[in-house]
Amino acid sequence: MEKQTNDYQLRYLICLVLLLALFLLLVFLNINHGSVQLSLRETMAILLGHGMDDTGNAIIWEIRLPRMLASIILGGALALAGFLLQTFFNNPIADPYVLGISSGAKLVVAIVMILALSRWRSVTSSLLIAAAFAGSMVATGFVLLVARKVRRSSTLIVSGMMIGYICSAVTDFIITFADDASIVNLHNWSRGSFSGTAWPDIRVMALVVAVAAILVFLLAKPIGAYQMGENYAQNMGVNIRLFRVLLVLLSSVLCACVTAFAGPISFVGVAVPHLVKSLLRTAKPLLVIPVCFLGGAIFCLGCDLLARTLFAPTELSISSVTALIGAPVVIRMLLKRKARG
Amino acid sequence: MTYFFHTEHLTVGYDGKALIRDIEISLEQGSILTLIGPNGSGKSTILKTITRQLEPVCGTVYLSGRNLDTMHGKELSRQISVVLTERLRTELMSCQDVVATGRYPYTGMLGILSAEDKKQVQQAMELVHVWPLRNRDFGAISDGQRQRVLLARAICQQPQIIILDEPTSFLDVRYELELLNLLRVLTEEQGITVIMSLHELDMAQKISDLVLCVKGEYITHFGPPAEIFRKELIQDLFDLENGSYNPLFGSFEMARPIGEPHLFVIAGGGSGAAEYRLLQKKRIPFATGILHENDIDYQVANDLANAVFAAGSFERIGEKLYHRALQQLLRCDTVINCLRSYGEFNLENKKLYEQAAAAGLRCLESASLL
Repeated sequence: MEKQTNDYQLRYLICLVLLLALFLLLVFLNINHGSVQLSLRETMAILLGHGMDDTGNAIIWEIRLPRMLASIILGGALALAGFLLQTFFNNPIADPYVLGISSGAKLVVAIVMILALSRWRSVTSSLLIAAAFAGSMVATGFVLLVARKVRRSSTLIVSGMMIGYICSAVTDFIITFADDASIVNLHNWSRGSFSGTAWPDIRVMALVVAVAAILVFLLAKPIGAYQMGENYAQNMGVNIRLFRVLLVLLSSVLCACVTAFAGPISFVGVAVPHLVKSLLRTAKPLLVIPVCFLGGAIFCLGCDLLARTLFAPTELSISSVTALIGAPVVIRMLLKRKARG
Repeated sequence: MTYFFHTEHLTVGYDGKALIRDIEISLEQGSILTLIGPNGSGKSTILKTITRQLEPVCGTVYLSGRNLDTMHGKELSRQISVVLTERLRTELMSCQDVVATGRYPYTGMLGILSAEDKKQVQQAMELVHVWPLRNRDFGAISDGQRQRVLLARAICQQPQIIILDEPTSFLDVRYELELLNLLRVLTEEQGITVIMSLHELDMAQKISDLVLCVKGEYITHFGPPAEIFRKELIQDLFDLENGSYNPLFGSFEMARPIGEPHLFVIAGGGSGAAEYRLLQKKRIPFATGILHENDIDYQVANDLANAVFAAGSFERIGEKLYHRALQQLLRCDTVINCLRSYGEFNLENKKLYEQAAAAGLRCLESASLL
């Protein structure tokens, strides 16, 4: 018994250390690599605040650092949103993208952006988050409606994807008829990208995601109970109604934040929680939630690095890279589940 | 007198629509109440209402004199724990993890188990003999083991009442007996009260202190097994048309073959029961005798034979009875004699057999030879 517990803690510790090392490595690579080559010494000098080169300064401080922080924060947020939705729907492939929630958020953000840009020439990040939140709530509402009518999880996923397609199509219409000025902006964003993140955005997203992530962590106990099914959770004293509302709100906030700043990003929400659980060999929320956040950050740092550098100076959309890496993970997971029955 | 657990005018149902009305249950601490009744009669609905998964349509449930509605979720979870019918699908959870979820009402904000919690988990698992399974994946054990793990989970929640919905559904007889035995241990040793629904009437009869019959809009019968497990009551409860219920055995017989009997079975002392059932399978109507009313064959014959000739318990077979049996025998064309020897009290059966042989009837030793 004792030995078992120790093994299990040791495994957790080793995973954590390895992931942190990987995280730091990716942080470094993200700062150091890009279309403009900087030496290690130059990068360090700039980071420590005595860089001589103004271009280098600008590249690191205004472009790469915010972008890297956005990948970390939003990647973590995506993984958590996926984990929450999987718990909520008791479905391993639920995530904001698959269920069409990201696309709902995208649609409303696109509408708000076009309206705001045509009127005031600028949009505040809080307005974008609010719009994305409204959009994701509406999309979640639709998904919930379907989930209440049909219990089958495949139906849930299919209807989520349909909602996603509808929202994306409408977004495309809107973009087609938008002002020339907003089109370029919108088009990049609607395909998903961490580029162009500014420091004020970072502040807002850090605050929102931090609060949401802490709340998710504090919900670890009822989430653990809910994994046993609603009826057992209720008998354990979980206030099911309140808990479900909290799950929906938190996952929507997290997803809204991601969509508002980086557009819809696929597969992170499905692949990361699954990889983390298999790595840790446990589904205990208390252990999984922090590592999930870290894993999401690593995943997005890695994918963004690839998106930027693979065909530099041409940049790939982040979603194409996350899909390329994430989708095989999901397929493997489904096959494994099928094999187990 | 106030009971440990009782309900007043409890009406249960879904979405405010009443399914069963005015349920009045009263229970002493440490007793076992079993709900029986046909499928879909609402046993689960009643159980779900007691565990507050469903709102009562009206009426109240009291526990130790307190209205259940006034209890918080956490408070209630320390009073009542459940073992549900639904198949539990877990992900990466060991049996110990599953049992430990029962400690939920006792752990802190983050649900971290204390030494006391771990001790309770171990004790509960040892009590139901699943401690050796503690590190196995819950998804990879047998149904019987799973049910015991879930019972351990319910136990370590340290409740006053454990509610089980069809706990024996997926179990073979060995695990079924084991589980029900464990429930008795819990009520006797820990004073836990058990409320459950069961399909196995024979088990319900043997394990319950009180039985509630659920069928239709009102509860018609609630009482100790001796009052409930009677022939007519059970046959009515389940609308038995193609069979009959025997309260002594707690078991059922198939429907009696219909028609004029052309076959006579001479039996007694338990030699006939198997033959009767064989004839029932072949759908051959038969008469049987001469039995005693305290004979086990008499119980089965009553349900399966078209004519039964029986003397009172411990009485000699009278002349009149013998002649009636003989008349019936001579109207038949086949005799099956299950008796290999005769005692002082059933010498008449020997005479019957000799008469049959003399009359040239076809004589067999077993219905399997037909």
